[in-house]
Amino acid sequence: MALNTVQSEPGRFRSSSPGLRLVLLCILSIALMVLDQRNQHLVDVRKALAVVLSPIQSLVSAPFTVSRAISESISTRGQLLEENRSLRERELVQNSRLQRMAALEAENARLGALLDSTKKVDANIVIAEIVSVDMNPFRSMIVINKGSRDTAFIGQALIDANGIVGQITRDRYFSSEAMLVTDVDHAVPVEIARNRLRSIAVGTGDLDRLSLPFLPSNADVREGDLLISSGLGGTFPPGYPVGVIRKIQSTVGQPFLEIDAEPAAALNRIREVLLIVPEESPQPEAPPEELIKSAAMPANPAIPEPALVTDAAELTDDAPEPDAEASE
Amino acid sequence: MARPVNNWPAYFTLFIALALEIVPLPQSIQFMRPPFLAMTLIYWVMMWPQRIGLGTAFLLGIAIDILHGQLLGQNALAFTLVAFLTLHFHLQIRNFPLWQLTMTVFALLAVDALISFFVDGIAGSIPAGFSQWGRVIIGTLCWPLLMAILDRKRMRAESRPSQFD
Repeated sequence: MALNTVQSEPGRFRSSSPGLRLVLLCILSIALMVLDQRNQHLVDVRKALAVVLSPIQSLVSAPFTVSRAISESISTRGQLLEENRSLRERELVQNSRLQRMAALEAENARLGALLDSTKKVDANIVIAEIVSVDMNPFRSMIVINKGSRDTAFIGQALIDANGIVGQITRDRYFSSEAMLVTDVDHAVPVEIARNRLRSIAVGTGDLDRLSLPFLPSNADVREGDLLISSGLGGTFPPGYPVGVIRKIQSTVGQPFLEIDAEPAAALNRIREVLLIVPEESPQPEAPPEELIKSAAMPANPAIPEPALVTDAAELTDDAPEPDAEASE
Repeated sequence: MARPVNNWPAYFTLFIALALEIVPLPQSIQFMRPPFLAMTLIYWVMMWPQRIGLGTAFLLGIAIDILHGQLLGQNALAFTLVAFLTLHFHLQIRNFPLWQLTMTVFALLAVDALISFFVDGIAGSIPAGFSQWGRVIIGTLCWPLLMAILDRKRMRAESRPSQFD
């Protein structure tokens, strides 16, 4: 092998020894990790670095954005007419359902007033797009194109047309990092829509599987049961579909059932997500690691009733868009 | 002649490798993505040890931590240690035959992966099991190809005939 030209450049040798530099940089990175893990001191540092690195993200996601734009702009008139027709039909169907919903909402409010329950607020919604970049391959995380500039905040809930997608775990300036419900560190407080049995749906790392590890073996649960968010824990608003129970396995001698559920949201096909904007100003939420703790606390008997559970499920069980191919 | 060879091939290829780390892949093969950045870094530290060193490794680690949403400093620590090992043995491993060099790269990538998983374990994240080694093995298999590409870049920059010609 040809020895390097730089060998003959004595002026370019480092002034300090590599060993010293190694020790210094290792101490620095360990200090950074401790600060980042234990407290939130580095939030602003991360945000600044993310702004510096955002051109790389734009560069990587640009081809995907452009190809999407091109495929939209060269779609034929026939395709557009067809799409327009199907959209109009769908709108008609949904409007008819909404008519009933108005009546039901009024009825629900009346009943709620009779029961003296907490008043529910209508959530506003902001649409965000998923940025075509990958995160850590061993985690279920996504980047969305709304950041703290667009009033995204940590703990904000993400939904799609079918159900709960996840929550924002780190806000950057132009974009945010969000954790999907299937991440191994994520847990959603849920209840079964049929009988309001409360539990917690924990992510497994697979995009198509949630697990319910905390239901006793005599719990009233069946395959096909719809899981909706219970609103406990405060991150997710109550009444949104989380998943459908697919498999129940009971082992003799084990106190808990092993239950697998399929997420309601089309997690591997989504391109757009909806951010739920609460009416009041956002409060700092518990980080996702603490969700299990806060949700596993003794249940408050006066939990707000989930709004229009069955209707919410009906309204949102439309099939995902057929053209929403996995682009990430 | 103050600088007979400039550093742009190294910086350019490192930038490309950084971008390749976040190019979207289908979910099912995401964990098979070769550790492009670590491999490119190993190459340049081995070949241009006076130009690409621990500082560059640390900064690239910080960049990947931010882009991957990992703990700040996690990859920085791993990259710094890998760069140090490469730097310490660069005169030996540069003269290895290709298969031996590939095995060395496998060991270095394993060190990188182990540190990352070790930090994950301490920080409380649940490790992903055996699938996490797919990355290291695929990366090792890709090494001869990557080395050929980077060698061309380097040889052109140094205006010398390529080693593999």
